[in-house]
Amino acid sequence: MKKAISISVNGVSHQHEVEPRLLLVHYLRDVLGLTGTHIGCETSLCGACTILVDGQAIKSCTMLAVQADGSEITTIEGLVQNGNLHPMQEGFWERHGLQCGYCTPGMIMAATQIIDRNAGPAREEIRHGLEGNLCRCTGYQHIVEAVEYAAKKTSA
Amino acid sequence: MANYVGQRIKRTEDPRLIKGLAHYVDDIRLPDTLHVAFVRSVYAHARIGGIDTSEALKAPGVVAVYTGKDIADRIGPVPCASALPGLKVPDYRVLAQEKVYFVGHPIAAVVARDAYAARDALDLVMVDYEDLPVVVDVEEAAKGGAIIYESFGNNIAYKLTAGEGDIDAALAASDHVLKQRIVHQRLAPIAMEGRGVLARYFPGEEELTIWSSTQIPHLLRTQLAIMLDIPENKLRVITPEVGGGFGSKLNVYAEEALLGWISMQLAKPVKWIEGRRENIQATIHGRGQVGYVEIGCKKDGTITGLRYNVFADLGAYHQLLTPAIPTLTGLMLSGAYRIPAIQINVTGCFTNKMATDAYRGAGRPEATYVVERAMDLVAAELRMDPAEVRRRNFPAADEFPFHTATGLDYDSGNYEAALDKAQGIIDYAGLRAEQKKARDEGRLLGIGISTYVEICALGPSQAMPAGGWESATVRIEPTGKVTVMTGASPHGQGQETSFAQIAADELGVDLNDVTVIHGDTGIVQYGIGTFGSRATAVGGTAMLIAIQKLKEKANKIAAHLLKTDASSVTFAEGCYSCAPAAATAEASEPVVPVGEAPAGAIPEPDTEGKSTLTIQEVALAAHVARDLPPDTEPGLSATYFFEPKNFTFPFGTHIVVVEIDRETGDVKFLRYVAVDDCGKVINPMLVDGQLQGGIVQSIGQALYEEVVYDEQGQLITGSLMDYALPRATHVPWLELARTETPSPVNPLGVKGVGEAGTIGATPAIVGAIVDALAPFGVKHLDMPIKPEAIWRIISQ
Repeated sequence: MKKAISISVNGVSHQHEVEPRLLLVHYLRDVLGLTGTHIGCETSLCGACTILVDGQAIKSCTMLAVQADGSEITTIEGLVQNGNLHPMQEGFWERHGLQCGYCTPGMIMAATQIIDRNAGPAREEIRHGLEGNLCRCTGYQHIVEAVEYAAKKTSA
Repeated sequence: MANYVGQRIKRTEDPRLIKGLAHYVDDIRLPDTLHVAFVRSVYAHARIGGIDTSEALKAPGVVAVYTGKDIADRIGPVPCASALPGLKVPDYRVLAQEKVYFVGHPIAAVVARDAYAARDALDLVMVDYEDLPVVVDVEEAAKGGAIIYESFGNNIAYKLTAGEGDIDAALAASDHVLKQRIVHQRLAPIAMEGRGVLARYFPGEEELTIWSSTQIPHLLRTQLAIMLDIPENKLRVITPEVGGGFGSKLNVYAEEALLGWISMQLAKPVKWIEGRRENIQATIHGRGQVGYVEIGCKKDGTITGLRYNVFADLGAYHQLLTPAIPTLTGLMLSGAYRIPAIQINVTGCFTNKMATDAYRGAGRPEATYVVERAMDLVAAELRMDPAEVRRRNFPAADEFPFHTATGLDYDSGNYEAALDKAQGIIDYAGLRAEQKKARDEGRLLGIGISTYVEICALGPSQAMPAGGWESATVRIEPTGKVTVMTGASPHGQGQETSFAQIAADELGVDLNDVTVIHGDTGIVQYGIGTFGSRATAVGGTAMLIAIQKLKEKANKIAAHLLKTDASSVTFAEGCYSCAPAAATAEASEPVVPVGEAPAGAIPEPDTEGKSTLTIQEVALAAHVARDLPPDTEPGLSATYFFEPKNFTFPFGTHIVVVEIDRETGDVKFLRYVAVDDCGKVINPMLVDGQLQGGIVQSIGQALYEEVVYDEQGQLITGSLMDYALPRATHVPWLELARTETPSPVNPLGVKGVGEAGTIGATPAIVGAIVDALAPFGVKHLDMPIKPEAIWRIISQ
């Protein structure tokens, strides 16, 4: 029995009939074709699927699409504005905050929330804010530097 | 033109990745794709009584269900590339035949119209198991235990002895011989993207295309062609974006062959995306050794000999390189030291667990860990400083190439310089004084040192299971854009950038004019792939020599166009000139960029009357081909296959300072200093990234990670809830520095850096914890060192 949902994703509104059990991440990837949001563990431990739902960073592998009915969602594809990279995307590029890139969209989305909440986070605060996101390549140091870069650029 | 090599150039691969626009396997969408899910064994060892697929076949959306019977004689065995003398090789098929041998062993494949339907139907496949006795512990397997393969008679897959010098005599003549049992626990590589396969068969063209998240597209193509018995030139393997490998994708897996075969049966695209639970069950594990080291020394700390008897936990069958990994351990047992006699005795054993294979470092972290732990034991026994024991046994910088008793010739090195630098950065003397003071106050401060050497740039073909060379094709297109096709298969290392840096410098073109293509057997000439810290040292060299070949031809064409002879043409900053003087005189003459030349089918070259031509203008003339020297092939491209004459041997010193919480046993990092020497550096930012990532994987091994099977062979650490990876809060700020000793093995002077962090760091971290607990008489601890183990020692 499918259920009708209405969701705004990256400023575009969508109406679909979906199975109640459809995961939000599968809705984004398979129904909307927004494959920038990745799946790394299906148990909300790795954070690769992190997106913003009504401004809050959440892990879209453990939220149902029907739970997001009526929400405004931002995914990695929605960060570029008028052709310009988001300062956090810029930071990851400038500071080599990614290698294989698989955790990166989730990392960037989680990191945007860190600086939304705290304009000048200390390194320990950045690390704390990234604790829900696993990266196997970078060892996190360049990611911390990327967030520092973005924080500085945003508050400038 | 800028000098790109040596600079911190931002990666050209990043924009697509940070925008979420890159394509990993699961991001590739083909119409009418069917989805595959696997029924996997829940027993570690069992006979399959029967499989009932009838209910599953009736489930909504299910198209087909395949079991071992369906593929028995139709898909060849999963290949093992290792050819050790006397090696026992189980006939491992892509779906279980009569028996299952480990938890996660694939039994049946369900094919359905969507991934949810395939997953639903798994529960409807009824498998009748008759469970059999299991063997989980590697030492028990060596002794006998439950026999996994009756036809082999025991669980020993092979035995191997290697090394030079008379080890018995050396140990007998030592003032001290120290012994230690050392465990290298099983680790799961956990690339953030698991494995994934998409296969599409065109029955008319008889062409099969397989997209796979792999590190070795060409080797995979060859092996899949053999397994599926199809012509290799009708099979194309495409490696799209790959979300990390760490060795786990340096393999040929059952699922890759099976997906290809299913696509051929159904004439539709089929996709399988590995879940994380499957990934921990059925993607190769790393390490898995239990060994006994004996090290002999003189009273002054001179090492006399080292013996390592090791039981290698191979798992239930051989993946591509499973038996070969412990042989790499044997090769590196001399570490950074002069050791006259070395012997390794390997007993490779089958157990009812997933196969082990190459995980970042692949046998070398084990060697380094053994040698470095042994050096610490010597230091403790002789009451010498661990740094000094190491220094005393280094070969001097002028002794290279340095021959080891493991049969290697280290290419170049200056081990003392790296140690000095690391000690200087961390103020070693001051640190030891601080430690003494801390101990007097009852604080548990520990300092750990590792002076490692590793083996990279794998490698000369004679020493490799499948060819150790690498290939490159370099082409300058009519519009002046440079295309590099490398046989290496980067998956996060950043070689699209670092190779472009080398190429842009050599050709004198803008970095943005260079595109590096890899990972598509339909486009790229045969290559070997990315593993063993080889891509830049071997693949980069292949590219460099291809560029030099291309430039020889361009030089000839340029001379012809400039109406002079080839020997009086010079090449500098991307321009061919008649003579240095003429070039200077003409420097102000504007060169029309090729991209702005008038448009035709191919733009017209504008070379008449010029004394300077860019290499890009020469490329256009070479393609238009109306005015070339006699007997010159049109076009401007060159291919080179580079065969290295030796491995390379990076090295370095890591020094770690930890403090242990007496109340909780928690380990806190106070300092982490790493001085690494990976030869010439192409892009320091990428090198830093490789080291940081590797060191943090070492922290994972030292403190957190372990694949645990219970006595029934059940996988206890089957999700990321139980298998603990280091998180951002777990790791210290890493202070990195370098020395730079070029390798004489390749013209770039590079050595490789992909695995240094996981090789050099682990012993330093463990050494620091052991040092912190020295007041309790602790000489060694097995990894992962958990707070509970430490707390028990303190609370004794």
